[in-house]
Amino acid sequence: MDYINALVAFTNFVLVPGTAYGAQLALGALGVTLIYGILRFSNFAHGDTMAFGTMFVILITWAFQGAGISAGPVPTALLALPFGIALTGLFLIGTDRVVYRFYRKQRVKPVVMVMVSLGVMFIMNGLTRFIIGPDDQRFADGERFLITARNFREMTGLREGLAIKTTQGITVITAVIVVVLLFWFLNRTRTGKSMRAFSDNEDLALLSGINPERVVLYTWLIVAALATVAGTLYGLDKSFKPFTYFQLLLPIFAAAIVGGLGNPVGAIAGGFVIAFSEVTITYAFKKVATYVLPEALAPDGLAQLLSTDYKFAVSFALLIVVLMFKPTGLFKGQSV
Amino acid sequence: MKQMLLATTASALMASAAFADGHATDVKLGIILGFTGPLESLTQQMAGGAEIAIAEVSESGKLLDGAKVSGVRADSTCIDSAAATSAAERLVTAENVDGIVGADCSGVTGAILSNVAVANGIVMVSPSATSPGLSTAEDNGLFFRTAPSDARQGVVMTEVLMEEGINEVALTYTNNDYGKGLADSFQAAFEAAGGTVTISAAHEDGKADYSAEVGALASAGGDRLVVAGYVDQGGSGIVRSALDTGAFDTFHFPDGMISAKLEENFGDEIDGSSGQHPGTDSPGVAKFAEMVGDAFDATSPFAPESYDAAALILLAMQAANSKDPSAYKDHIMDVANEPGEKIYPGELGKALDLIKAGTDIDYVGATAVELIGPGESAGNYRQITFDGGKIETVKYR
Repeated sequence: MDYINALVAFTNFVLVPGTAYGAQLALGALGVTLIYGILRFSNFAHGDTMAFGTMFVILITWAFQGAGISAGPVPTALLALPFGIALTGLFLIGTDRVVYRFYRKQRVKPVVMVMVSLGVMFIMNGLTRFIIGPDDQRFADGERFLITARNFREMTGLREGLAIKTTQGITVITAVIVVVLLFWFLNRTRTGKSMRAFSDNEDLALLSGINPERVVLYTWLIVAALATVAGTLYGLDKSFKPFTYFQLLLPIFAAAIVGGLGNPVGAIAGGFVIAFSEVTITYAFKKVATYVLPEALAPDGLAQLLSTDYKFAVSFALLIVVLMFKPTGLFKGQSV
Repeated sequence: MKQMLLATTASALMASAAFADGHATDVKLGIILGFTGPLESLTQQMAGGAEIAIAEVSESGKLLDGAKVSGVRADSTCIDSAAATSAAERLVTAENVDGIVGADCSGVTGAILSNVAVANGIVMVSPSATSPGLSTAEDNGLFFRTAPSDARQGVVMTEVLMEEGINEVALTYTNNDYGKGLADSFQAAFEAAGGTVTISAAHEDGKADYSAEVGALASAGGDRLVVAGYVDQGGSGIVRSALDTGAFDTFHFPDGMISAKLEENFGDEIDGSSGQHPGTDSPGVAKFAEMVGDAFDATSPFAPESYDAAALILLAMQAANSKDPSAYKDHIMDVANEPGEKIYPGELGKALDLIKAGTDIDYVGATAVELIGPGESAGNYRQITFDGGKIETVKYR
C-alpha cells in the first residue's frame, strides 16, 4: 500500500505537472526549431508570438462567452483557437512581408536576423500589452478537473490524492494531435516535402524549382498555429500574463537546443527533458521516501537536491552540459 | 511720519507677542516626511494628521501654561539618506525644533536617528517606519514609533496558530524584503513557542506556474500552509496550485494576502483558513475621522499614527513640565500606556489638564497606541477566518 501511496504522490506532484509543462514546451520548441531549420535564424520573438496569438484567442473566447456559445465541459477557448490561429498567421505573414523579407533579400547573416527578431519581439510585446494589458487574464471555463484529489482519495482509500486538471488532459491530447498532424504534413504532403528539401539544402531546392516564398509562407502559417496552440494551452493550464510568456522564451530555447536545433523530434524530446529536470531536481523527495523506505532509513530532511529557486538554473546547466559534449543536441540537429 | 508708524506697529506687535507668550516659550515640532519620492501620495495626509494634533494642543492653550505650538515641515525623500539627514539637521539647527515627528521610511529614519537625533539629543517619533532593525538601533532612549515593527506580526501569527492548536506548518514567502523579513520573524517566534516549521521556501512573484514550489511544500507537509506573499501576485498562484493538487486544504494568511480579491479568487475552497492583518475596533479611529472631516482622507495609511506621534510628544512635554527632549523623553512611555484615564483624539486639552492635576493618563489615540519593548507600538491586528467563502472577524488582538 505504501508503494502505491508513494507512486501516487510522485505522479501528483511530478509526473502530471511535468508532462503538461513538457507538452507546452515541446510545442513552443517545435516552432523555434522549424524557423531555425527553414528560415535559418533563432526567432527571439517566439515567446511573444505565443502571447500575441493567445491574446486573440482570449478576445474571441470572451466574445463567444458573451454570445452564450460554450463547448460544454471543455474550455470555450478551444472553439476560439482556429480563429486565433488564422489572425496570428495573418499577422506573422504581414511581419514577414514588411520586415523579414527585406533582410532575406539582402541575404544578411543569421545574427542580423536574430537582432531583427529581437526588434519584432519588442513590438509584439508592446502591442500585446497595449491591446489586452499587462495583467493576469483568466479565460478558462468548463469543468476544472478530470479527477480531484479529494474524489481520488475517497475512491481508492489511499492517503495520497491525485488531481488531474481538465486543462492538463487537454494539453497532452492536443499536443499529440498537433505533433501527429505536423509530422504527417512534413513527411507525406508535397508542400511538407518541399519544406524539408529547402531546409536540407537551399540551393538544390531552388534548382529543383521549389518556390522559396511559398515555403516561407507555409512555415510562418505552421509556426503561427504551433505558437497559438502552445500559448493557449499554457494560458489555460496556468494563467495568461504577457510577461510570463516573455520569460518562457528561455526554457523553450533550452528545449530546442538540447533536443537539437532544426530537428522536430529533438524539440519534443527536449521539451520533456527540460520540464522533467526542472520538476524532479527541485522536488523534495521526503514524502515519497518516507513511504518507500523502512522507518529507520526515512529521511529527516527534505531530500531535496536543489531549492525551487534554482528551477531556471537547472535548464541552463543542462543546456551547457549538452552543448559541451554534444553540440548538435541529443538528436542530431544543426550545430549552433 | 512713516518711520513713526513703523515703530508703533513694531512695538504693538512685540507687545502682543509678549502678551501671548505668558511665561512659557513657543514649542516647535519638526515634521519630516517624504513629501517627494515613493510615499508622496501618503505623506500629505500624514503631515495633516500631525498638524491637527498640533493645532488642537495649541488652541487649547494648556500646554506648559499656554505655549503656542507650531509645526515645520521638511522633506525626508523616503529614499535619499543624505538629503533626509541635511533636512533634519536644518530643522534642529536653524528652526530649533523641540521634537521630530518622523521620519516615514525605515532607511531614512535610521539615518536621521543616528546622524541628527542622537547627535543633538532630539526626540523622534516615527509614525510609519516598520523595519525590525530599528528596534535594536542605538537611540539613547530618544526614538519611538507609533507603527508596529514587522517582527511583531510574526509573534501575533504564532499566537493565532497556537491558539487554534496548529503546531506544524509549511511556510512559503515572496522573495523580497517584506516576505523574507516576515517569514524569518514568524519562524523564530513559532519555533520559540514550540512549533515546527517543516520548510521555509521562497517563491518568485509573477510566475504562471508554481507546481514545483507546491510539490516541495507538500512533501515537507504540515497542518497548514503559511503564505507570506501578495494576493495579486505569487501568493494566489501558490494557493491555487496547492488546492488543485490537494496538497493543503487550509492556509494562514498575513496582511499581504488579505483582501476582497482572496474571497473572489477562492471562495469557500479555503474555508477554515485563518489570518491576521493590522486593524483595530478602537473608537479612536472614528473620532479621528470626525476631526479630519473633509480636510483629507482620514483612512489614508499612517495618517492616524501621525496624529498619535505628535500628540505623544506634546503630552510627554506636559508630563515632564518641560520642552527639553532629555527631560520629556522618559515620559512618552508613561503617557502612552496604562494605567490612567483613556484619552481619545479630540481630548488632548482634557489630557493636558489631567496631567497638570497629577492624574495618570493612558493615551489611546487614533490607533489604540500601546508602546512595548524599546518604545514601539504593539500594533493591533484583526484575526480573521474563512467561513462560507467570506472573511469573518474572529477578534481583535
